Amino acid sequence: MNFLVIAKREVKAYFTSLTAYAVMAIFLVISGYFFYTNLVLFVLMVGTYVKLGLWQHTFYDMRFILLLLLPLLTMRLFSEEKKLGTIELLFTNPIHDMEILAGKYIACLFVFCIMLLLTILYPILLAVVFSVETGPLIACYLGLFLLGSSFIACGTFISSLTENQVVAAITTVGVLVFLWFIDWNEGIAESAGVTILHQLSLSEHFFNFIKGVIDIDDVVYYLSFISFFLFLTIGSLESRKWRGKK
Amino acid sequence: MNAIEVKHLTKLYGPARGIEDVSFTVKKGEIMGFLGPNGSGKTTTMRILTGFFPPSSGSARICGSDIIKDSIEARRKIGYLPESVPLYLDMPVFAYLRFFAEIKGITGKQKKTKADEVMQKCGLTDVSHRIIGRLSKGYRQRVGIAQSLLNDPEVLILDEPTIGLDPKQIIEIRNLIKGLGDNRTVILSTHILPEVSMTCDRVIIIHEGRLIAVDTPTNLMNRVLQAPRVMVKAEGPSEKIVSALVSISGVVSVAKNGFDADGVDLYQIETDENAYVINDIARSIYKNSWKLKEIRPVDMTLEEIFIKLVTEEKGR
Ligand SMILES: Nc1ncnc2c1ncn2[C@@H]1O[C@H](COP(=O)(O)OP(=O)(O)OP(=O)(O)O)[C@@H](O)[C@H]1O
Ligand SMILES: [Mg+2]
Repeated sequence: MNFLVIAKREVKAYFTSLTAYAVMAIFLVISGYFFYTNLVLFVLMVGTYVKLGLWQHTFYDMRFILLLLLPLLTMRLFSEEKKLGTIELLFTNPIHDMEILAGKYIACLFVFCIMLLLTILYPILLAVVFSVETGPLIACYLGLFLLGSSFIACGTFISSLTENQVVAAITTVGVLVFLWFIDWNEGIAESAGVTILHQLSLSEHFFNFIKGVIDIDDVVYYLSFISFFLFLTIGSLESRKWRGKK
Repeated sequence: MNAIEVKHLTKLYGPARGIEDVSFTVKKGEIMGFLGPNGSGKTTTMRILTGFFPPSSGSARICGSDIIKDSIEARRKIGYLPESVPLYLDMPVFAYLRFFAEIKGITGKQKKTKADEVMQKCGLTDVSHRIIGRLSKGYRQRVGIAQSLLNDPEVLILDEPTIGLDPKQIIEIRNLIKGLGDNRTVILSTHILPEVSMTCDRVIIIHEGRLIAVDTPTNLMNRVLQAPRVMVKAEGPSEKIVSALVSISGVVSVAKNGFDADGVDLYQIETDENAYVINDIARSIYKNSWKLKEIRPVDMTLEEIFIKLVTEEKGR
């Protein structure tokens, strides 16, 4: 249960450093604003499509905010420990690398989940005046949760590569943007290549969710994405062991 | 059983050498000094022993646990203070210590008891609620040492524990280390040589990644004491004194070495290894009716021994 000890400290660190508050506040303000503008749009223009189209647009906007904000949460996970040198203490205490990683990843997920849960306020407010269908909403939340978890896995890996938090954050945003748009490739639009890129792209799998569809393929994609990056992180943490091997 | 057994450790950083074929053992309860100039491989050796990274080749055991195959078990027996004294700067002292207590598997009420105990040992009780980032260097050092003591480790590995401390704190930390008790094995690295003769039972001297001597401080002194030295304090015409002393058989060289607080001249005399010249020197001064104020053999300091060993090694 050592990973819970790590996770607890990480969550505390997020809150004592005020990072968590800042990130959550920004997320809520911007997503609230998007929710409001989307609502206005649908009330004025589309009326009856509110049930689906509203969520589709709002969640599509929210992933953009997450793309910019989650790297600010993940950047410190390992970079800070490397900078402070405390990683040396973790590595020389009786705890497995895997537990360190699990603790940190879970802590970041935890903060992210609080962020997501707070946005439930929007549908609840809407439900007061308008009937809200829960099915598509659940798909939207699941999609956003999986997408955010993927962002966090990628950010955690990049944070393990450098002791500079700013570099970690910028690189993470860069990689995520690239993986988001990877299938926007006109050059191979007609070939089989584009199907592969579609498969790889973070965006393609997200669209089903916000349309209200939970497809097992999409869930598997995100879970593989997360595992892949967590696996890379373990490799990066353990690289100190291979260096200098004869 | 030996507390620490190190066999043929080599660590390469890419093509660069960290340490090369280092072997030694430390007995249970021994305080071992680790001495060497900058970049000689002290930190590298300690990092291998603490499981931070494995060696490129060779093996080591901590109280019977292999540091590679049984890494976690070996780490349980170790308390480690890294050279840079890493700390979570935004945590209060007590929280920091309780966090590491928990990592070391100390849970429940024990966690608080242990943290309080080490804070008391290291004189941190008064600052237990301060944020570590706002503590002075000396106090941070103490927090680092307190962390290493949390699990009552059988083996304590301290990388330059007294660096950057004021003299009073240095003495306190030394006493703390000495006071840890007889069944605690300690390895501490340092540049400060008097520290070694004061605290350590044995000394390892390492240079450019290779071990050049392992012995007690006294034995090391005897080993290199080939040219015993005599200090003479005398009043008289200094040139004449020098030439008179040089002519004594067994004296290798005489150098005037300043004067003492009363203005009496001091002479440093190097002699042959086996000659006993003190009587001859005294007689010569007496015969010339100069005033002999003091005469005594001089021990080599550890600094000189160290430099001597290191240069001998280079000359080989
Ligand atoms: N991470 C690293 N990458 C490459 N080379 C390294 C690394 N760490 C240490 N070295 C090299 O290994 C050698 C031994 O270094 P080490 O830090 O063990 O010395 P030290 O005895 O602790 O020195 P100091 O007294 O300055 O602390 C040095 O030549 C150093 O440059
Ligand atoms: Mg060092």
